[in-house]
Amino acid sequence: MTALNSFRAGPDERGHFGIFGGRYVAETLMPLILDVERAYEAAKKDPAFQAELDRYLKDYVGRPSPLWFAERLTAELGGAKVYFKRDELNHTGSHKINNTMGQILLAKRMGKTRIIAETGAGQHGVATATVCALFGLKCVVYMGATDIERQAPNVFRMKMLGAEVRPVTSGTGTLKDALNDALRDWVANVEDTFYIIGTVAGPHPYPAMVRDFQSVIGREARAQMLEAEGRLPDLLVACIGGGSNAMGLFHPFLDDREVAMDAVEAAGLGLGTGKHAASLQGGKPGVLHGNRTYLLMDDDGQIQEAHSISAGLDYPGIGPEHAWLHEIKRVNYVAATDEDAIEGFKLCARTEGILPALEPAHALAHVARIAPKMSKDKIVVMNLCGRGDKDIFALAERLGVKL
Amino acid sequence: MSRLAATFAKLSAEGRAGLVTYVMAGDPDAATAQAIVDGLPAAGADVIELGLPFSDPMADGPAIQAAGLRALAQGASTRGTLDILRAFRAKDRTTPVVLMGYFNPIYIYGPERFCKDAAAAGADGLIVVDLPPEEDSELRPYAKAAGLDLVRLATPTTDDKRLPVVLEGASGFLYYVAVLGVTGTKSAAAGDVQAAVARIKRHTKLPVAVGFGIKTPDGAAAIAKHADAAVVGSALVQTVADAIAAKSDPVAPLHALVRALSAAVRGARAKSSAA
Repeated sequence: MTALNSFRAGPDERGHFGIFGGRYVAETLMPLILDVERAYEAAKKDPAFQAELDRYLKDYVGRPSPLWFAERLTAELGGAKVYFKRDELNHTGSHKINNTMGQILLAKRMGKTRIIAETGAGQHGVATATVCALFGLKCVVYMGATDIERQAPNVFRMKMLGAEVRPVTSGTGTLKDALNDALRDWVANVEDTFYIIGTVAGPHPYPAMVRDFQSVIGREARAQMLEAEGRLPDLLVACIGGGSNAMGLFHPFLDDREVAMDAVEAAGLGLGTGKHAASLQGGKPGVLHGNRTYLLMDDDGQIQEAHSISAGLDYPGIGPEHAWLHEIKRVNYVAATDEDAIEGFKLCARTEGILPALEPAHALAHVARIAPKMSKDKIVVMNLCGRGDKDIFALAERLGVKL
Repeated sequence: MSRLAATFAKLSAEGRAGLVTYVMAGDPDAATAQAIVDGLPAAGADVIELGLPFSDPMADGPAIQAAGLRALAQGASTRGTLDILRAFRAKDRTTPVVLMGYFNPIYIYGPERFCKDAAAAGADGLIVVDLPPEEDSELRPYAKAAGLDLVRLATPTTDDKRLPVVLEGASGFLYYVAVLGVTGTKSAAAGDVQAAVARIKRHTKLPVAVGFGIKTPDGAAAIAKHADAAVVGSALVQTVADAIAAKSDPVAPLHALVRALSAAVRGARAKSSAA
């Protein structure tokens, strides 16, 4: 296959996937972003960097994560065979550490001594605080005041790991504002600070770099599936907020035309209600946080608040590569509501003995919808990208249970 | 000659630096913002930067972000900003106005239509904070066609190698961000600013305006000794916030601060040569 008709060749040298992506940042950050890009390009070509990352992923993170045939769930749904890629078993409980491990090794290589990050559900914050503790670097995590309230266990975890959690009250006090404040911090501390972005968004090279670090999910799943079934799956399913777990699973399969892909956006109270986080299905192209992508906004271009029961999907944008894959129709973008996700959570707990995070519970809701319509010889792989321990308080409250 | 060029030529002839004042369009409401803008030239502003409100102003500090959110809460918009500009221009034909904001509202308005409408409303230039030279190809031709100067930002991280990239296609003046940080937080040391302006002047004939972190008349005077203009924004916008907190009218205190800043800027070089 030539690079020309590959779906995996992007971005171009300026970070564009079609019209999406790019580098829309203030001039203060521009030289830094160019530095990060140069350092990442050099690291990517350095076998020693890759070997070091592989060692940490294997011995510290616990990779490869298993590919689990969800037999009881499959029987209950009565259609396609459902497999889980079990990234919830990673150290820290989600896929986020695949990326933070890669970026902190890069930060060290660049001689940076202070790490900043933004977090929504707190999974990226925990994964960042963890690698900072591991390498002895100072860590500051920006988190929306609203999210701090609904993700208390993760806030406590970050603090125990030695991170400083800075509540963000500006704007709407959610993930988008945490990103704004992290960017502001970076502008003010350019000399010693490295910004570990948690998803496949932000200015180039972040979307490509985070995708590369997360692609370990899809590379493993591909090999594991070939070993288990002797063939590739028919459908990949992943939830999508910024889109890093979906991109990590999908990217190594993009050129396998026989593999379909469904990414599940958070429909909140419903796509028609205006209270959702489905940027592709309910937004339009715009520019925010360093890249052009689909965004939730009003007619004047003012960014709107997203809504989802899952703090990790509660972002009014999406990674630029997803925007591109949506426009060229390589990936099918669907949605699941808060209610759907709760049902997905219960289904997974009951049939497989796994409490999923509310983020992949959206993917489960879609699997529960679509697997029964597929024949029994079809295979679905779903990314179970996080575990649900962090969500039990929010969920209990939602279900009217006092803990 | 454009209004910006004429203004900087006049300042140069007078042997003094200019005062560039930033205010947020529509803050705290459209009518009050109009009164604020209309009175700036008489209070001593040489150039006006009119802020386009945006929900997520990543390069701005708390004062300007709060101002934008106040304005948006009162119904401010890109169109409303042009209305304020148009009404100002009907009364003032000489003071240059530069629209300053972020790309998304302009992108949604449509870059070509925005440039035409902004020029027709009386704008002289644009500063789009999150649109570096590498990404401005979809705004630059339309700005040029509409006769709008594209004002670029340089910062302490813009080294000699990068400066030509920033200056290529820049016009009107160069906006030097004196500190590493967002608007209205840290203040720059006068010595650093002097060296930075000298460095930039080796690369361009454009006037150099210096901003970020200038809060007081003394601070403005220190900058005005070395730069072609001093930019004050957050401190002015903060007077609006303070007036709202005190339930009083922001127009008079804001103009009083502009008068004090203007006097300091006008006297800066005379004072330094006397001393």
